[in-house]
Amino acid sequence: MTLPMGRPMREVFGETVAELASADPRIVMLDGDLGSSTRADIFEKAHPDKYLQMGIAEQNMLGVAAGLATMGLIPFISTFVSFAVVRPLDQVRVLIAQTGLNVKITAGYGGLFTGQTGMSHIIVDDLSITRTMPGMVVVAPADDTEAREVLRWAAAYQGPCFVRLVRDATQRLFEDGHRFELGKVVPIREGADVTIFSTGSQTPRVVDATDLLAARGIDAHLVHVPTIKPLDVDAIVAAAGRTGRVITVEEHTIMGGLGGAVAETLSEHRPMRVDRIGLRDVYPESGPNDALLDIYGLSAVRVAEQVEAILRRR
Amino acid sequence: MTDRPSAPPSPIDAAEAARLAEIARRIRVEVIRAVNHARAGHIGGPLSAADILAALYFHVLRIRPEEPAWPDRDRFILSKGHSSIALYAAMALRGYFPVEELLTFDAAHSRLQGHPDMTRLPGLDMSTGSLGMGLSAGMGIALGARLTGRSCRTYVMVGDGECQEGEVWEAAMAAARYGLDNLVAIIDHNRLQQYGWPGDGPDGRTPPQAPGELAGKWSAFGWRVLEVDGHDVAEIVRVLEEAGRGDGRPVVVIAATIKGKGISFMEGHYYWHTRAIKPEEFELAMAELGERVAPAGTTGGLR
Repeated sequence: MTLPMGRPMREVFGETVAELASADPRIVMLDGDLGSSTRADIFEKAHPDKYLQMGIAEQNMLGVAAGLATMGLIPFISTFVSFAVVRPLDQVRVLIAQTGLNVKITAGYGGLFTGQTGMSHIIVDDLSITRTMPGMVVVAPADDTEAREVLRWAAAYQGPCFVRLVRDATQRLFEDGHRFELGKVVPIREGADVTIFSTGSQTPRVVDATDLLAARGIDAHLVHVPTIKPLDVDAIVAAAGRTGRVITVEEHTIMGGLGGAVAETLSEHRPMRVDRIGLRDVYPESGPNDALLDIYGLSAVRVAEQVEAILRRR
Repeated sequence: MTDRPSAPPSPIDAAEAARLAEIARRIRVEVIRAVNHARAGHIGGPLSAADILAALYFHVLRIRPEEPAWPDRDRFILSKGHSSIALYAAMALRGYFPVEELLTFDAAHSRLQGHPDMTRLPGLDMSTGSLGMGLSAGMGIALGARLTGRSCRTYVMVGDGECQEGEVWEAAMAAARYGLDNLVAIIDHNRLQQYGWPGDGPDGRTPPQAPGELAGKWSAFGWRVLEVDGHDVAEIVRVLEEAGRGDGRPVVVIAATIKGKGISFMEGHYYWHTRAIKPEEFELAMAELGERVAPAGTTGGLR
């Protein structure tokens, strides 16, 4: 069985922040000239006076956000992950993370789905970079339902956060009523043979992969980890202990992101082997989404193959 | 600008000018004392900024030192954060915290970090230190003031060397587009940076910009440009009050200053950007500032 497609997270972004701003006059949207891509244009239509075009100048945009936050406003950022995290990295570090100011780095075009733009736009080390930044909270929702909940949470949360959103429609895992809780994992599937941790929009594909594995007699225990930081250490240690075999899967480099966080945590609390599925030391190329998932081993079929191979090797 | 015949008279009288000049002198004394005590720290930039800080904190800014988070206060950001000790001295003299605390500058557990940290010291309106960022934050404050209906003004001091950072010009373009005439950038134009390009200027270096270059650039970016002698407190007050009369454009005040101002052997030398002060240099500096120093061999009692 394959999970159905949901709506693109970027549409959910524009709509949800617009809804939030209707209820909270402190919310403003800062756009780095990508509102027609990130769908901040939906927000602009609803709140033209709260939509602040900052032009193609991301360092300034993140600094302006810090200043706005000191005035009691709640700025949401509209640009791609590359240009929200890496281009203005020092501004995020000095003006937002070090100050703890209430800026919402809600960046679209996370992961491989960047509209066939190639390696300048694709960023697969954003979770590693933001996670190692003191003071920063890091969240990667699984689908449109969870993205909406995370954005609602972000508006209410006092402090800086990075939310990784996805451009295109991805599979829907959660029904309405699903609640996001910061720093808590979401158990997806009970199983006895191997514990799999997954994050972001990779999780629905791993759900499909566990169905494929079940058909081959492998009973996987799947845990979705939407909050990369702060990590749900107790739940991760407990879930790992259920099977004694751990695999992480992420649409991200295997260095320093979910896989890194889980490996660090388990090496301290319950040492065991951790295999990490994700991008190796590579800058991804451009191409259609399905082709990229296949090339980088992140489609349901390719994840199932790798899990099976890992378990066979052990 | 003081010799410009058309310049209107300063709004302050001679007594107020003398008061502000004395405060600037005391800022310089505290800068030298704190940097000497810490055995580290920037010197040249804090000394060039002292008169501007005296005018701001003792005449221009609408602030309440006893209520540093007063929502309607004017904001000040020291974008050239390496001159922090001059800002701390101005704040201490103005009553934000005890003057004695200045000797904790750069020490472990101090609220007076090498570069300003707003999470430690109440009264700092932004953390700075990585150059180029202050004007963006100031633009955000000015824009936020407009959105929230507050009449406060935001002043950002930027170094002339700092104007080599691209972000300064990103902020300049965006602030002009928003017509933020509640935003004032003050350039501490001391014509030296930490080391500088090689050239035939003083000590074999070249100033950060050619004469007139900054005025032309800021004007081209849509800002109202005012120029002033950055060591004439009466003129600084006059120009900053002129800057307050908004005409729909953000304002830049280009203040001609001298790096190391007030200490003869420091003035105009790039190598006093940051440098440990020798004991004999400390005594000479204090003497030039008209400050009595305790005899050698005694501890404390420097005031």
